[in-house]
Formats: sequence, C-alpha cells, structure tokens
Amino acid sequence: MKHSTAIIPLLLLLCLGTSCRDDTEIFIPEEERLSDAEDTSIRGFYLLNEGNMGSNKSTLDYYDYETGTYSRNIFGFANPSVPKELGDVGNDIQIYGSKLYAVINCSNKVEVMDAMTAKRLGQIDIPNCRYIRFHEGYAYVTSYAGPVELNPNYEQLGYVAKVDTASFQVLARCLVGFQPDELEIAGNKIYVANSGGYMFPNYESTVSVIDISTFTETKRIDVARNLHRLRADRHGNLWVTSRGDYYDQPSRLYRVDLSTETVADSLDIAVSNFCLDGDSLYLYSVAWSYITMSNEITYGIVDVAKNKVVTRNFITDGTEQSIKIPYGITVHPLTKDIYVTDAKNYVSPGTLYCFDKDGRQKWNVRTGDIPAHFVFVK
Amino acid sequence: MFSGRAFGLLFFPFLCGALQAQSRLDSVQHLQGVEIVADRYREVIPSQRLSGAALEALNSFSVADAVRYFSGVQMKDYGGIGGLKTVDIRSMGTNHMGVFYDGIQLGNAQNGQIDLGKFSLDNIEEISLYNGQKSEIFQSAKDFGSAGTIYLRTQRPRFAGGKKTNLKAFFRTGSFDLVNPSVLWEQKLSGNIGASFNAEYIYSSGKYKFRYRKVFENGTTAWDTTAVRQNGDIHALRLEGGLNGFLEQGKWNLKTYYYDSERGIPGAIVNNVWKRSQRQWDRNFFAQGSFQKQLFSHDDLLVNLKYAEDRMRYLNPDTTLMYIDNTFRQQEVYVSAADKYSILPQWDVSLSTDYQWNTLDASLQDFVYPERNTLLAALATAFEWKRVKGQASLLGTFVYENIERGGKSGKPDNKKEYTPAVFFSYQPFSRHPFNLRAFYKRIFRMPTFNDLYYTDIGNISLRPEYTVQYNLGFQYRKEFSHAFLRNMNLRADAYYNEVTDKIIAVPKGNGQYRWMMMNIGYVEIRGIDVSGQFEYLLPYGIILQTSLNYTYQKAQDFTDPTDNKPQSGTYSGQIAYIPWHNGSAIARAIYKSWDMNYSFIYVGERYHNSSNIRENYEQPWYTHDLTLGKTFACNKVKWKLSAEVNNMLNQQYDVVLNYPMPGRNYKLIVKVEL
Repeated sequence: MKHSTAIIPLLLLLCLGTSCRDDTEIFIPEEERLSDAEDTSIRGFYLLNEGNMGSNKSTLDYYDYETGTYSRNIFGFANPSVPKELGDVGNDIQIYGSKLYAVINCSNKVEVMDAMTAKRLGQIDIPNCRYIRFHEGYAYVTSYAGPVELNPNYEQLGYVAKVDTASFQVLARCLVGFQPDELEIAGNKIYVANSGGYMFPNYESTVSVIDISTFTETKRIDVARNLHRLRADRHGNLWVTSRGDYYDQPSRLYRVDLSTETVADSLDIAVSNFCLDGDSLYLYSVAWSYITMSNEITYGIVDVAKNKVVTRNFITDGTEQSIKIPYGITVHPLTKDIYVTDAKNYVSPGTLYCFDKDGRQKWNVRTGDIPAHFVFVK
Repeated sequence: MFSGRAFGLLFFPFLCGALQAQSRLDSVQHLQGVEIVADRYREVIPSQRLSGAALEALNSFSVADAVRYFSGVQMKDYGGIGGLKTVDIRSMGTNHMGVFYDGIQLGNAQNGQIDLGKFSLDNIEEISLYNGQKSEIFQSAKDFGSAGTIYLRTQRPRFAGGKKTNLKAFFRTGSFDLVNPSVLWEQKLSGNIGASFNAEYIYSSGKYKFRYRKVFENGTTAWDTTAVRQNGDIHALRLEGGLNGFLEQGKWNLKTYYYDSERGIPGAIVNNVWKRSQRQWDRNFFAQGSFQKQLFSHDDLLVNLKYAEDRMRYLNPDTTLMYIDNTFRQQEVYVSAADKYSILPQWDVSLSTDYQWNTLDASLQDFVYPERNTLLAALATAFEWKRVKGQASLLGTFVYENIERGGKSGKPDNKKEYTPAVFFSYQPFSRHPFNLRAFYKRIFRMPTFNDLYYTDIGNISLRPEYTVQYNLGFQYRKEFSHAFLRNMNLRADAYYNEVTDKIIAVPKGNGQYRWMMMNIGYVEIRGIDVSGQFEYLLPYGIILQTSLNYTYQKAQDFTDPTDNKPQSGTYSGQIAYIPWHNGSAIARAIYKSWDMNYSFIYVGERYHNSSNIRENYEQPWYTHDLTLGKTFACNKVKWKLSAEVNNMLNQQYDVVLNYPMPGRNYKLIVKVEL
C-alpha cells in the first residue's frame, strides 16, 4: 500500500472548499449609452420592473435623455441601507410634485422617493396596493384588502385609500367593489375599475364613482366583466378596458360618457395596456388563443376624438416579431417616441424597445424582470 | 456531445495511481464503510448506498438530508423541518426521480413531487440511488420507468438468538423546539413470520434566526438584518405496521402506512413581509403487499399490490390576499406481476406488467376530475458472459384518461410510449476489481394532473417530457488485509443527458399571474460524478471511514434561441439552481463504543435563472456538521446518546431564493434498545 493513494481522499477534501462565499455587495447600476442626448423639457423616465411574485426583484431603471444613458437597477445604490431593497412586485409608478411613488403590490407598501435622486423618503403601508393617482395634495391608492368582518358569507371588498402626501399617513378609506385596479381622477370624482379578479368566475363589471369632497362612493357604472384600466380624455370620455373572462367574453375597450356616466360605445379591440397622448390612445393586447395555443398580439392606436381604431400595428418595421410578451407602454409627450417593454417569460430579464413616432425601432435595452410601468421626469 | 478524449485525459492519472497502488486481488468485497457495495447478483451498475449504522451516524433528520450526500443529486430545500424538500438527479428535474418505499413506488399524480422531507430516517435501514434504473430485471414495470430512482428500505425485523421481541425507542430534541419521540416494536409470530409496528411524532415550532446582509464595495455594511423564521411549525404523526414472512424459495410482506400532518408554509422573505400565514394539512395512507416465490426451477414470480389515498388541504387565511381553502384527494390502485425465467444459468429474461389507476378530486372551480389508467409492460433480459455483464429492457407505457367537464365526460388523447434502456459493464482484467460501465436510457415523465388539468393553467394537449441519458464510467474497489488503508472504492462517471419537450409554464395573455403549461423546454446536461470511499485502520483500533463525492454539471437551457444575448440571454445559460460544482465529504471515526461523524456539504455558485447575470446570482453555500455518539449497556438494555451540531460555522444561506436556511443548530438523541 503506497501512501500516495491514501492521500488522494485528503487532497480531494481540500479541493472541495476552493470557491467560497463572499459578502453580497450592493449593486452598482449598470449603464448603457443608447442614443444621443435629446434636449427637451423632459429629463428622463423611470421604468419600474415588477419582478415575479416571491422573488423580491422589483427594480427601478432610469433613462436619462440628457445623456442618452440607461441605468439599470438604481434603487439599491441610491438607498444602500434599505433591507431587501425595493420589494416584491412593483405595480405602479407615478410622480407628484417632487416625489416619486412606487406601488409595491406584494410588499404591501408604496415606496416614496425623491423624484430626482430616487432616494427613499418613506413608505405608505397599504396591504395589497395596486395603483396610485393624485389630487390636490392627496394620493389615492387602490387596494384589494378591505376590512374583515366576522360573517361567513362576507366577501372582502377593496377600497381606495386617501393618503396625505406630506405625512404619508392614510387618512381615510372608501370601500368600492371587489379587487379594484386602476383609478382615474376627472372633475371632482375618482373613477375606479373593479375587477373581481379573486371572484372567478363571478367577476365584477362596474366602475365605482367616488365623490372626492365627501370621499364616498356615489355610484356604480355597469361596463363589462373584469375591468382593469381607465383613462379620461379631453372630450369628456372615460376609456375603460375589460380583461374579459378569458373564455367566452374577450377583452374589449369601452367608452363611458362622463356627462351621463353611462357606457356610450365600445370598440372591437382587445386591450391589455394603453397610454393616452393627446387624442391618440396607444395600446397593445395579448390574448391567449386556445386554437393556436399561442398569444395573439396587437399594437394599435385609437383616435379618441373620432372613436375609431387608426391602426392595429403601429410597429412598422417588423421588429414586433422579437417581442414575446408586451407588458408596458408609454409615449414621449413631445417627441412621440413609443416605448414598449417585453416581459418574455416573466422570470428572466426583459427588454425595453424604443420606436420613433413612425413605429421604427431606435434601440432596445435589457431591463429587470417584467419591465412594466413608466413615469416621465420633467 | 462530450469529448471522450477529454474525459480520458482527466481520469487517466487518477486511474493509474489506483491501479499501481493495488497489491493483491481480493475475492470477497466487504466494505464496512459509509457506502456498502454488495456484489449483488448480476448487478451491472451498483447503486450509491447509505445504510445501517453509517446512516444513523449521519446528521440527518429526514431522507432528504441523507440523499444530499449522493453524487449527482441536487436538493431544493425551502428550509426548516417542515419545509418542502425535493430532489433532482443529474439536473433532469424532480419529476424524473422515482422514489420507491419498500419496493413499491410512491406516487403523486397531482404534481409529481415526492417531498422527501416527509420521510423520517427513523425506520429506514437503507437508501440507495440508481442512475437510470436498478440493475435488476426481476422487478415491476414501474422500476423501469424513471430517469433515476431512490429506493428506501425500511427495517425488517430480525431476531437474534432466541429473542421474540425487539423494542427500540428514540427521543430527539434540540433546536427549533423539536420534540420527536418514536418507538419501534418487532414481534416474532412464528419461525417464518415477523411483525413490526412503528410510531413517530414530530413537533417543531420551526423558529430559527436568520440574517440577510449586504455590503458596500469596500466591505462595510450597507444593511444587516436578523429576524426569526415564522410560520414554519409542524405537527406530524406517522404510523407504520408490517408483516414479513418467508416461504420455501420465497418471501412476502404486507405494509400499512399512515401520515397525518399540519404545517405552516413559511413563504418567501421579501421587503416588508417577514411573516406569512398559509397552512397545509396532509393525510397520506397506503397499504401494500409483495409476494415473491420461485414457482418452478428457473422461474420466479413477483407480485405487488398497493392502494393509496392522499388528502391535502391548503389554506390561505391572509385577508389581504385572495382567500384560498382548497382540498385535494388522490387515490391510487396498483397491481403488478413480474416473472423471470432463466434460459441459461448466465442468461435471464423477464416480463413485468403493471396496472395503475389514479384519480384526483379537487375543490377547484371548473375542475375536471381526471382519472388515469396506466398500463405498463416491460420486457427485459440480463446476461453474463465471461467478464461482461449486460442488461437491456424495453418498457411500453399506455395511458388512458377520462375527465368530466360541465357534467359531460371527455377523453383526452391516449398515450403510447416505448422506451428502451441498455446497461453494460466489463471487467477488462480478470485479476483486478476494476469495472468499466456504460448505459443508455430513454424515458419520459407523464404530465401531472396539475400540468394537464389545473384550472386555467393546465394544458390538456401536453405531451410527455422526455429524457435521454448516456453514461460512461468505471468503478474500482479493493480491500487490503494488513494495511493502514483497509479498503477503497472509487467510481467515476461522465454523462450526457437531454431533456426534450420539457414542460414549463409560459405567460398566457396579459398579467403575471396567468400562465399556461407548454412542452417547449430543451436542456442539455453534461456532467461528471466522482466518488470515493476509503476505510482506514488507525492506531488504538480507531476505524476511520471516509466518503467523498464530487459532481460537475453543465446544464444548459437551449429553450429559446432568440434570447441569445451574451451572458444575459437565457439561451445556453446554466439552468436555475444547478451549481457547476458540488460535493460532499463524510468522515466517521469509531473507537470502542464511541462514534463520531463529520459531514460537509458544498454547493457552488449558481443562478436562480438561466439568464446568468449578477441579479440572478446565488452564492455558494457549505455546511459542516458534527455528531458524537456513545453506546453503553445497562442490564440488557442498550443505550445510545448522541449530540449533533449542524452548520457549525453558522453560515447564513438560501438554497432557494428568499427562503433562508437555519444557522447553527443542535440536536440531542437518546436511543434505547431491548
């Protein structure tokens, strides 16, 4: 028996421990130069990546028009002392005054940051919060998580929270329908799209109308099943999207006349997400087809003044083929560049595409996981 | 394809050293080590095995903990005593792993996952792991039906001398408020029949401290937070009863198993959410029997029967989320008959036919109440010619399903699959216990009931998910009679696997909670498993047994050719949670009545997505565990006291993103035998 053999296992043992753990470092944002500087009154935009549920990977990216530079994953660097960073599933992002508000759905909070630096100012705790809008110093946030009653047949209503933007305190709650999603403020009223997403197959089909001065629900407008988004135009209309029931009833776009608060019209176009710029409603839709067993995707524009579909494919150079799952959309208010995100398989990094006003791709860039929500910085 | 030349070069020096060092041929292989490799009848490729006292000495609470020491195995562990623990062999995915309990497969038609954390080591005598399939042709058709297989064998009653009754009791306690008593009672009923009864109760609060931390580039702390894991409690009761009998040229056994548990599901730790409230109840029952006898000379018969019922309830009482209270009930009936005929002393053939019936009831909206009938037939042959051993099998699987939709019954497409496997071993030198071995196997897994029929997500048109395995390796084992090194066993295998038509969830329509299961994944896996077992005789009669395992794996995701940006694209990226390098080491020293065991597990860097970027990076983790045990006798009663320290260096790590694992923890075990 030679000693050389006896030693092999001991050597192997030593080899095993070669690659060791390091401390995990705060991410320094990754920067990519994408374009020449664009000198307009709009400085840049934030892109909120949702991150898949449970991954705690909601991240914030920023595009700077002054340098044409895209900065990926900036929150951790701007806020190195925040444990577990931005949180789980970012669902909406808005700017009001000098503050940036990110609604982080599965972290049950609205993260409030400085709009210029993304430095954290505080948080508003709202369980299962969804979307945020502002009016005269107050933030209004929809939430699925209404109060609980000891009643076996009780089903939990959603609500709109009224939040003081100075103190970040929830001042009042107004109950609405089941699982309220987007909200829009027009005139002195808040319109809330009730989805009933947890009530499958008994979806909600109404828009709640809240009087801001009394902060009470005054009316329900019956629209269609499983409502998601709504946007008011300058002609006194509210454009409302229905997700449909995923079986018999497809997604559709509805026009509510705000003077009568009734459905005036509907357009035969599916809508997953949209962005209103002037009279142009830019939208895309992703609808699963059980016939082709694939997603059918449309990129459309609706003229809200004429109530008609202008195009069903605003991407003109064929590059839409590379987008797997469009997930976010916005339009630059001045240059009319169109931004569309691709969430791909929801668990890998997505892509942000920039198209010019004629629908030709200018650039694309890797984002975080599930790039979704935009806000422009003026 | 892997390069044979590269592998040859890699192993050549290793191999030569081993051969030169060998002094003489031993005809009897008897390795008392951590892994016992018995020379079984015509075993073409021996298993990796843990058994007996070595298994008991290992710091393991459940079968899952022990299986981690096998090479080629990756475990997903969500942490704590009640946390889900599933095993993946050679990166092919959990659903390709068959788990057999006393010879009959444990099923889960609903999601295909066997939670090995639920199986206590309390009454397990041996765990063996086979790549491909067990090197045996006299077995049920299901034994041919997985890409990799774990066999759990419970303790069979043995009565020493004139004893008629054996009693054994354990009590374990320690960290996580663990209270774990168990008792095993064995009774000799007649010369040929023994009965056993085993009961175990587990309570744990599942509470442990965990810490997350990040630093600046210069190493100073950016944030550092410590919290206590919540909602990880478990209450579980397990009862087992068995009868074992011997016949002339045969044997039989009957077994019943009952498991009842309630546990919290601790959930992911994310910003602002440090506690969850979801709960799960499981109630599993099965009764099974096995009968084996030589009917005529040259002809053996094996019959297996099983009935199983599994109930599960999942509750989400968290009022801020969607309220969920779902119950699921699965049933299974299984019948199998296998017959082996020896054409020549060196040549056997066998035919096995199995029938299995599965149903699933669920309190889900629009549920389709699937029923599955599976027929399996396997034709196999084994031969031995000089120093060549071989085995070949062909498995036919025929699946017929029925569903109910809106009061009407429907018939999804029937499935017919034929899958082969071929195993060879060759001993090139008659005087050297050195064996070359190779195998090829093509097998599939059926889509689970969840894959096919889960309301809204399931896809009725799914096809089976296939794996193809190619393996080439060697084994060398040797015993030395008068030496410092008493015996050794070396093995190395290189393999190439493909997973095609992999069933994965793809986004459906809009919104991130909507998915559809599709057969679109494609993965290629190239790997090397190396392991060695060595037993040393040290001065003062100290026996030292060591076991080392190392696995290298390159498991690449080739699903989406368009997602091909360097580094960040998923195309050709290492798949989620598969480390390139992992390994384990066990050292056990026995001195008189003292027994000390040290074990080490290393899992190298990984990514939690096949996009291998820094945001998806997972740090390596490694744990050092130590057990010290002492046996003593007192009035015919044998006692053993053991103390364990696990994760001695208190490493704070996640196996699965946002599921923190316990730091340093302790256990005390008292064992009484009479």
